[in-house]
Amino acid sequence: MPYIIDRRLNSKNKNTVNRQRFLRRYRKQIKKAVSEAIGKRSITDMDRGENVSIPRDDVTEPVFGHGAGGAKKFVLTGNKEFVTGDRIQRPPSQQGGGAGEGEASDSGEGDDDFAFQISQEEFLEFMFEDLALPNMVKRQLADSSEFKTVRAGFSEAGSPSQLNVVRSLRSAYARKIALGGKSRRKRRELRMELEALVEPLSDTEVLRKKELLEEIEVLSRKLAAIPYIDEFDLKYNLTVKLPQPAPKAVMFCLMDVSGSMTEEIKDTAKRFYFLLYLFLKRNYEKIELVFIRHHNTASEVNEHDFFYSRETGGTVVSSALTLMDEIIQERYSPSQWNIYGAQASDGDNWQGDTEKCVDILTNKILPCVQHFSYIEIGKRPPQELWYSYKDIQTGVFNDRFDLKAVQDNAHIYPVFRQLFERGVA
Amino acid sequence: MSKREPISTGPDWTFELLEKYDKEIARIAKEKFKLDTYPNQIEVIRSDQMMDAYASVGMPVSYHHWTYGKKYVSTEQNYSRGRMGLAYEIVINSDPCIAYLMEENTMTMQALVIAHACYGHNSFFKGNYLFRTWTDAEAIIDYLVFAKKYIADCEERYGLDAVESTLDSCHALMNYGVDRYKRPVPISAEEEKIRQKEREHYVQTHLNDLWRTLPETAKPVDEPERITFPEDPQENILYFLEKNSPNMAPWQREVVRIVRKMAQYFYPQRQTQVMNEGWATFWHYTILNEMYDEGLVTDAFMMEFLTSHTNVVMQPEFDSPYYSGINPYALGFAMMTDIRRICEDPTEEDLRWFPNIAGSDWLETLHYAMKNYRDESFIEQYLSPTVIRKFRFFALEDDEQNATIDVMAIHDDDGYKRVRQVLAQQYNLSSNEPDIQVYNVNIRGDRSLTLRHYQHNKRPLNDDTAEVLKHMRRLWGYDVRLESVGDNEQTEMFDTV
Repeated sequence: MPYIIDRRLNSKNKNTVNRQRFLRRYRKQIKKAVSEAIGKRSITDMDRGENVSIPRDDVTEPVFGHGAGGAKKFVLTGNKEFVTGDRIQRPPSQQGGGAGEGEASDSGEGDDDFAFQISQEEFLEFMFEDLALPNMVKRQLADSSEFKTVRAGFSEAGSPSQLNVVRSLRSAYARKIALGGKSRRKRRELRMELEALVEPLSDTEVLRKKELLEEIEVLSRKLAAIPYIDEFDLKYNLTVKLPQPAPKAVMFCLMDVSGSMTEEIKDTAKRFYFLLYLFLKRNYEKIELVFIRHHNTASEVNEHDFFYSRETGGTVVSSALTLMDEIIQERYSPSQWNIYGAQASDGDNWQGDTEKCVDILTNKILPCVQHFSYIEIGKRPPQELWYSYKDIQTGVFNDRFDLKAVQDNAHIYPVFRQLFERGVA
Repeated sequence: MSKREPISTGPDWTFELLEKYDKEIARIAKEKFKLDTYPNQIEVIRSDQMMDAYASVGMPVSYHHWTYGKKYVSTEQNYSRGRMGLAYEIVINSDPCIAYLMEENTMTMQALVIAHACYGHNSFFKGNYLFRTWTDAEAIIDYLVFAKKYIADCEERYGLDAVESTLDSCHALMNYGVDRYKRPVPISAEEEKIRQKEREHYVQTHLNDLWRTLPETAKPVDEPERITFPEDPQENILYFLEKNSPNMAPWQREVVRIVRKMAQYFYPQRQTQVMNEGWATFWHYTILNEMYDEGLVTDAFMMEFLTSHTNVVMQPEFDSPYYSGINPYALGFAMMTDIRRICEDPTEEDLRWFPNIAGSDWLETLHYAMKNYRDESFIEQYLSPTVIRKFRFFALEDDEQNATIDVMAIHDDDGYKRVRQVLAQQYNLSSNEPDIQVYNVNIRGDRSLTLRHYQHNKRPLNDDTAEVLKHMRRLWGYDVRLESVGDNEQTEMFDTV
């Protein structure tokens, strides 16, 4: 009689470990593919998997075998016109000249490439590998909504599923020894006395023997009545809930929307914010986003307006920084929130406003944030804001302030990596 | 024979139906055709589980390694793009014999697979002499579990990278980890565990003796001593490394051993592809036809079955774009069917070619062939002119020194024997794989190891050779050379220095 077993409910992906090993081995190639992909993709598109192809040679495992040449004899099927003794011209290529040979493609998947897909999760993993958030220190006991159950010894009460069998039986055993000790000792003495009585017995001895047997009988019954396990022997595993620090972060996106900012620059900025957002999301369970746009005045807006609505006007950068500071004071207490700021601009600013910016940054914002990054987008040489910010970077808060110049979309990812490279800063 | 009610009519299968079909198939297989099998364990799985099974070369448990990940990734890719279908079944040579059935299969396919795997392959595993000598169906699962755990422990202790690179190197030499002639003694996993401890200790002490670095002062210097080690060339390279490599850690020796054992386990399968598949295909065909004759299955069932069966045994011609060598299912099935024909209905030609079996009891003859041959000898013994004509086989000789490829023989009276001989050689593993053996170790000098390749028909080694030698060097610890020798003269030299 055969066994028929339904294995369909077994866990999926028995091979995930092997798959991980494979990815681990080719991480260099995969990483390259990932960073190329990031350059090409649109931002709404960052969140999915990717096709990766690796040159076939890299993944082949070498074995001893015969090469071309020498003399071989072999049999083929489907003879049509050949007769014994025919001489056939050797085909030009030893490989048989199948279609598609030769042209190794450098993009996409050539026949010579080993192509496969990595999932969204893996994609992000590779994207943010080796990156770390600077100053990721504040893990507040916020909201106390997160609990973790931990073991905390044993208890006398609990649900049957938590019953600790070993402890319970140990306790029962101890109780049995304790309760029965006296009777058992007595019984032992009586038994010794009984053995001491040797035949032939005198009358008193016969009486005594009967007495002894009765007493032993009583004691034995008493001992047998001690319960094998009792209510109060039961021990339960005790677990308690510990509040877990729920790390949460807020990310401020600051952007200049004045006339000088073109759509392209905004798009580049958006990519940067998006990367930062994805990155934070991997590190914090809860993230809030604050969008502040400014021309000569600043306002907090929603995401859509931030990126798409058009405004014109001058540029007063300090207005945005002031607003950010106010919002922090009002809603995001630095003792509870990990605060990240990212400012993107083409570098223009109102004459005389730059000093004010530096002042707000160093005195108000930088002391409470984890990190503040400034990227200047555009192909022009660095502008006024850049030079003043440069000074901050060499100042006290150099560990939490960084600035980088970006020329176009393709630079965003490398710059992002530089900003958050592990170990640096 | 009175027609009975068919077991089922629709395409859907249920566990109940599986059981009913299995019962009938078992009855026919055992009572009518005397197929002797291990008990069956049929497991129904999803397609992704089938891909898992593929990736781990059909092993139900296997140690972790990237190469399995690679196989999985590429199977998954090909499957999801529709480039390939999955096999309907995978069957494992174990006791009980485990067969995987995919849930997507229709009832007809499940019946086909049960007949094919659970009675065809299963009885082959149990009956064929190679499997009987080389594999221990009872112990294999336990051994795999032991191997998996051992390697996982090594990874924890010595790091992923160290274990991975050792395994890489072993895999490169896996085909050279088999004993071709010596007979093994099967042992259980429990014994294996105990012996493993003893081995570690023994090998280490024994090694120290071989690699004694202190000079032996007692020997007079003027007596030149020619020590050859090993005394005779060694064909099992992995075994040689396991026992003699100077610097390998004990755990590495055990890893080498695990890979070697796996290679040995698969060795019979590599030598009996045509027979094994032919046998299984012959039986699913015969059993299901028998069921039809008994009225147990419907006409629709048979139509579907025959369609799949025809696909399985299709043999494209050499100039077809679908040609990818000789289809072992097709050749094996044709030969098995032909043996039955020769027994039952011999022609005048068969009487000349096969006087021993023509007219004999077909079932007995087939069982005898299954038990006592491997592909090479099976073809040499049983390939009939009829089959050669059916496939229109022709033999070619491709000698580098000639400008042309010559047709040696075709399917005519003069050619049958040549064709048969060449085809049989095509399935001879020892002429397909280069003959490479451990030839010498410089034990008193730089400890370098020399491999010798004995050329067969002047065929050179492939481009991987240098890479494989690097792997070998990693396991040996010192330089490794390879001499390629043809007709007693050394022609080529590979070196890791």
